[in-house]
Amino acid sequence: MAGNAWRSLLTQAVGVAVRKPALASASFSRGVKTVTMIPGDGIGPEISAAVMKIFEAAKAPITWEERNVTAIKGPGGRWMIPPDAKESMDRSKIGLKGPLKTPIAAGHPSMNLLLRKTFDLYANVRPCVSIEGYKTPYTDVNLVTIRENTEGEYSGIEHMIVDGVVQSIKLITENASRRIAEYAFEYARNNKRTSVTAVHKANIMRMSDGLFLRKCREVAENYKDIKFTEMYLDTVCLNMVQDPTQFDVLVMPNLYGDILSDLCAGLIGGLGVTPSGNIGANGVAIFESVHGTAPDIAGMDLANPTALLLSAVMMLRHMGLHDHADKIQTACFDTIRDKKVLTKDLGGSAKCSEFTAEICRRVQDLDE
Amino acid sequence: MMALILFRTFLTCPDACVFQMVQDPTQFDVLVMPNLYGDILSDLCAGLIGGLGVTPSGNIGANGVAIFESVHGTAPDIAGMDLANPTALLLSAVMMLRHMGLHDHADKIQTACFDTIRDKKVLTKDLGGSAKCSEFTAEICRRVQDLG
Repeated sequence: MAGNAWRSLLTQAVGVAVRKPALASASFSRGVKTVTMIPGDGIGPEISAAVMKIFEAAKAPITWEERNVTAIKGPGGRWMIPPDAKESMDRSKIGLKGPLKTPIAAGHPSMNLLLRKTFDLYANVRPCVSIEGYKTPYTDVNLVTIRENTEGEYSGIEHMIVDGVVQSIKLITENASRRIAEYAFEYARNNKRTSVTAVHKANIMRMSDGLFLRKCREVAENYKDIKFTEMYLDTVCLNMVQDPTQFDVLVMPNLYGDILSDLCAGLIGGLGVTPSGNIGANGVAIFESVHGTAPDIAGMDLANPTALLLSAVMMLRHMGLHDHADKIQTACFDTIRDKKVLTKDLGGSAKCSEFTAEICRRVQDLDE
Repeated sequence: MMALILFRTFLTCPDACVFQMVQDPTQFDVLVMPNLYGDILSDLCAGLIGGLGVTPSGNIGANGVAIFESVHGTAPDIAGMDLANPTALLLSAVMMLRHMGLHDHADKIQTACFDTIRDKKVLTKDLGGSAKCSEFTAEICRRVQDLG
């Protein structure tokens, strides 16, 4: 009896560490954080391996849990991501994802859509920074697009009124608008950015974009340290291609974000060098490269891991690990700027493994 | 004689299109699209060539109506001061001539305008020069008469 009482007291005192050893070892042992790694398809596994190697060289306090998210049919016939992948993400809260291919099977959902719905990934964040050594017609680009990713023009609500006349519903809600605006201002503050610009067409779409804009203005009141401006979408595009340096953080509804984020990726050199992060409810965040699986070069040690690496750097900053983030980013940018070891798409002839090794070497040099 | 017109049609989404557009706009020819995408893309492309001060525009209506226009603003700060750049309205007028089938006149005026800008001797302030609107206009007139 006494033994039982003592045991229950002990369990209460030690609490979480005893009942959930996985959580304890992830969170408390030497401050090492667990990240769910989703290598993806095509070149996914090799660029993921490259990132893990570079993180090891940088001694980043990350432990990886590899998972596959290819959709399976759950009970009731609904498509879902495998339970072990969901469990890992719900526990670690942070994911790093390579490119996914959507199987052609009939009725198979888009993998990205499935992930978005599973984790309520409401904000798509793309920092676009010009890479010295990778020349594009635009230099000194340094902006961030923050796209509302759950509603807007992509609500998927369409119907035919009569033959030849179709209506599509753009859904804008107060909650989603406020949520994305709050994220944008928080991001600006945490990353020491000076301004947030709401991109809209409220002159034409008075109620929908008007609501979005109103919420942005309300949230701006709580962030007087950040400059808030508003600009029509077409004016943003006109100005963006003439002088992208005038922009800082841009926040906008779904469709505009889809277009603008790709436009900005084009300014800095394409999807091969653009990082991306998806922020979800409940503290979940998935960082990913947004290029394709490149099946033509998969397994040939030719892939460029830069996009996934910079997404992983975004992830480190999100986790507050700024020193490691800076170190890895510097090593990566220095390698590209020096132009001696570059993958084919960057204009060189190095293998993926050689490019990776060069970054690892520089990371270790930065330590000394 | 029957003229054979070859055309290729592509379908592309606006995000892929703008992505390609800022990296290599030369791959595009004629683009047709619904309202919102057109609002975005037309301004983007105007930006690529230098802005609304040099971009022509035409609006085609039912019943054969067509209205050609410059799409820049009224510029009240320089109104009445002989400083404006008439290029956008002029190129819209050239579009209008082509629409009416008056290709020879259209070519002549466009050539005179482009030659003036290329030579860089007589340019309005927004084009990097210091000439008045009337001087820029007189230069184009001179070249048009030379071409005539």
